[in-house]
Amino acid sequence: MDIIYSWFQQLNETTGINLPVFYNTFDRERFFSGLLVTIQLSVLSLIASVVIGVVGAWLQGSKLVWTRRIVQAYIQFFRNTPPLVQMYFFFFGLSALLPTVENEFGFQQPILGSFAWACISLSFFAGAFNVEIFRSGIEAVPETTREAAESLGYSRLGAYIHVILPLAFRVCLPALNNNLVNLVKTTTLAYAIAVPELLYVSGQIWSDYANVPEMMTLLLLIYVGLVGIVVLGMNRWERAMRLPGYGT
Amino acid sequence: MSGSSNRRQRLQDSLRSGTDLPVLLSPGSAVAGSRAGGRDALALPRVNLKAWHGVVLVLMVLLSAGVAEAQSGDGREGILSILIKWSPLLLQGFVFNLVISVMSMALGTISGAFLGLMQISLLPQVRFGSWFVTQFFRNAPWLVLLFYAMFMLPFQFQVAGVTIPFPDWVKAVIGLSLPVMANVSELVRGAVQSIPSGQWEAAESLAFTRRQQIWQIIMPQCVKRMLPPWMNLYAILTMATVLASIVGVNEVMTLADQVKAAEGGRTDLLAPLYGYILFLFFIYSYPIARLTVRLERRYAVKI
Repeated sequence: MDIIYSWFQQLNETTGINLPVFYNTFDRERFFSGLLVTIQLSVLSLIASVVIGVVGAWLQGSKLVWTRRIVQAYIQFFRNTPPLVQMYFFFFGLSALLPTVENEFGFQQPILGSFAWACISLSFFAGAFNVEIFRSGIEAVPETTREAAESLGYSRLGAYIHVILPLAFRVCLPALNNNLVNLVKTTTLAYAIAVPELLYVSGQIWSDYANVPEMMTLLLLIYVGLVGIVVLGMNRWERAMRLPGYGT
Repeated sequence: MSGSSNRRQRLQDSLRSGTDLPVLLSPGSAVAGSRAGGRDALALPRVNLKAWHGVVLVLMVLLSAGVAEAQSGDGREGILSILIKWSPLLLQGFVFNLVISVMSMALGTISGAFLGLMQISLLPQVRFGSWFVTQFFRNAPWLVLLFYAMFMLPFQFQVAGVTIPFPDWVKAVIGLSLPVMANVSELVRGAVQSIPSGQWEAAESLAFTRRQQIWQIIMPQCVKRMLPPWMNLYAILTMATVLASIVGVNEVMTLADQVKAAEGGRTDLLAPLYGYILFLFFIYSYPIARLTVRLERRYAVKI
């Protein structure tokens, strides 16, 4: 690793391409903690949004009219407002309503920090799309399959988990893939509520060193790489879960 | 109505599969939409606005204004009169948003069309290069691209001794046009690929040159298919213009914060103010979304 670090230092001395995130320990730690926060934010809201999607799609098939209506209202709200506004709404609007706790210095601080709120708002944002995606996947499972499961003594939940969801999942994987990529790209919005994620940390670094071009290029490459990893992983999963004889 | 047509579609599908008990039916609209775009892993979500969304927004503004007014007590100006007082400024900011959206859409469409045509070039190097550029800008977050344009472009140009200023909002236009360019490029490529190869072969057998094939045979058919997703892209871009407030362009979000500050930083103003802005965006985007749906239905390709 030291060879790489000294190479970047030399690069700075010879060409003026200044990337302190590689040769300066403090900046390296700060940058990689930002990268870690971005990855954490992505992974956590990815998982939470899929859970929201699965549960929401199940609730949408409920027999109770009001359950369906509430899920529908949730989808409409989160689909049709800009995610930035949602994040502001959660962070400035909702967090002010919650009680505060005392931290170790004796100050009052809100229960949930900006990271938690970013996570929550991103999960709800992507979850709204996921509900629709899962629902359309469920629509692809024929009524007869459901009836067959019922006649074998499955409950509604049991049939959903063991019969319908595995089939529906395979149908909606491409659309899910699409949405999760979008989610990873939307994590940059957490910048607006000062979550120390990659964009925010890079902002701090380029205001310290005035090396905007290098940092911006690095940032772009890292995001393209992150999205590439998600796309690759999802495509592999899609291929592994392919139903023989369906799709291309 | 859509339910019955769905059912008919299902019935047809099950008949085509030759059995009464198919393993899977054709998936619903959300999945079908992404499938139609050529199994596109990075397609943008569809803007899906309905008239009652507008009603809900108006109620939200009125209700939050009412609640705030009831809490604010006497001696302070009413929320609604504040909104009306600042409306000209906010509308001005909103028009600025629209100007940004139209300009970056124009810029993105022109450059994206060229990039898309390069993606169907016969030269492998050109094809690969433009494919790479397209994927790169599609995979990068919009906000990062906006920052990129903001910080990387100079604030003025010197051309032949004349100084051309390059204000923030022009840079925002360029920054927003980059993802638009990449998406338009993919639209062009997808549309060209959706044209049956028989069209190319028939044109070739009629002795059209390649340029003629593209401009006279293929592109006229593509325009129809590209129009609905292109309008959807525009609706998304319009909503993304508020991102410019993060990098300090004086558009409607920034102005809303300034209005809040001018009124003494009243936090009870936030909900009605943001609701008002959402409503402005709704009024503008709703006709576009409806038209998109209608055009999509009219131009639906029968295969």
